[in-house]
Amino acid sequence: MRAHRLGLPAWLLVPAVVGGAFVALPLVAMLTQVRWSRFGALVTSDSSQAALLLSLRTSVASTVLCILLGVPMAVVLARSRFPGQAFVRSLVLLPLVLPPVVGGIALLYTFGRRGLLGHTLDVLGWQVAFSTTAVVMAQTFVALPFLVVSLEGALRSSGQRYEEVAATLGARPTTVFVRVTLPLVLPGLASGAVLAFARALGEFGATITFAGSLQGVTRTLPLEIYLQRETDPQAAVALSLVLVAVATIVITLTRRSRSAL
Amino acid sequence: MRTVTRRFVLPAVAALVASTAACGSGAGSAQGGAAASSTAASSGGRLSGTLTVFAAASLKKTFTEIGARFEKAHPGTKVAFSFAGSSDLVAQIQQGAPADVFASADERNMSKATADSLTSGAPVDFATNTLEIAVPPGNPAKVASLRDLARPGLKVVVCAPAVPCGGAAARVEAAAKVDLRPVSEEQSVTDVLGKVSAGEADAGLVYVTDVEGSGGSVQGIPFPEASAAVNTYPIAALRSSRNPALAAAFVQAVTGDPGQSVLAGAGFGKP
Repeated sequence: MRAHRLGLPAWLLVPAVVGGAFVALPLVAMLTQVRWSRFGALVTSDSSQAALLLSLRTSVASTVLCILLGVPMAVVLARSRFPGQAFVRSLVLLPLVLPPVVGGIALLYTFGRRGLLGHTLDVLGWQVAFSTTAVVMAQTFVALPFLVVSLEGALRSSGQRYEEVAATLGARPTTVFVRVTLPLVLPGLASGAVLAFARALGEFGATITFAGSLQGVTRTLPLEIYLQRETDPQAAVALSLVLVAVATIVITLTRRSRSAL
Repeated sequence: MRTVTRRFVLPAVAALVASTAACGSGAGSAQGGAAASSTAASSGGRLSGTLTVFAAASLKKTFTEIGARFEKAHPGTKVAFSFAGSSDLVAQIQQGAPADVFASADERNMSKATADSLTSGAPVDFATNTLEIAVPPGNPAKVASLRDLARPGLKVVVCAPAVPCGGAAARVEAAAKVDLRPVSEEQSVTDVLGKVSAGEADAGLVYVTDVEGSGGSVQGIPFPEASAAVNTYPIAALRSSRNPALAAAFVQAVTGDPGQSVLAGAGFGKP
């Protein structure tokens, strides 16, 4: 009813539908390329399963890392003022716009064997290169801004009234944060985490640059798809479909839980 | 409302149709294009026009130079390159990408093009490439032979078996009866090179030409078993070419003396 009174300009529908088709058509085209008789065999092959499992495992791990690091970052950015804040914010957002391969190169020169911290880590007996850890780091690097941006937005739009009330009632900052701030922005945190998870799932460039590609260790689903394309385009399409399906399910589920909140 | 819709839909649809037509024009408009530009090429027997060459990524340096020499030898011509993995290139040609010449890094991808009757005439082999062990400058892990790469603890990087350089690596492994346990199987030879030159890997298997072209960022160690996997590069003019005379002349330039001297200088072998 309200939408009717507001009046949606009818002509907006045209570019909206064209835009929708632009996104949906390629996915439909991919569906037409799948040979369903082979589909099961293609997506359950050893290499495909290893890649899917690795992708899910590493994406969960990097989402957890994103939450642990991103929540404090978002709170600091939204609730405090300090000199150079604008610059710090753009730095945090940088991985959003950087080509992932640049992120990979940056990680390599930081945590690689000859990187900035590589030697120190080496001495501590922690070798990052060519390990699953490297995959998680690459995914976290590119996914972190998604969480920070959506959470910071939620924090700013939720305002500080309740927090101020809690503080005047004598709650300590930690209590305010845990009992008031976090519950208030939980939907924002959830959608940020999902975005981060989906981004981690699709990560390709930084992973291949920084982590390498070995079945079961560093070869995630996007890397497997890229490799399969060389010899078996059918398998690549089938796996792409799996990736699209997983991403769609994850995003839809949280959309629903968010509107329920 | 209806007129408004039409006003917006029509240009959008027209733009879409135009752009898809432009993208897929290679095969479809081949005859028309060929007719137009062959007249341009044959007028007065002099070559002119623009040539699009799809060439394997490993040919980037040499073909850029051959192209520059070709343009100098035939004023009025322009050679444009698209360098990528051979399998990407052949897929683009199959989808109708407008190319005049295709140079592949292996016979397998060229045979995909010939099987689809995309080439005009038989492909000509013009170069060979063999594997070499690449190590970071100074060879910190003291690698001397292929057998050394199987040493435990050594971080070795090779191409995945699905890509040509990985196929070659598998063949030399079999020939030398060594069992390499790579820490990573990369998608392309440049990825292997990158990880070795960055010092992440202790050694990798790449082509002789990659070591030659790396400008000292890696060191090459030849090994006898490399002869078990010699990669042959074929080149062919494409049927969809709009300028067959120019395409043939470029193939001639690559397979003839001018091209061969450039290729030999970069470390490529004779077929």
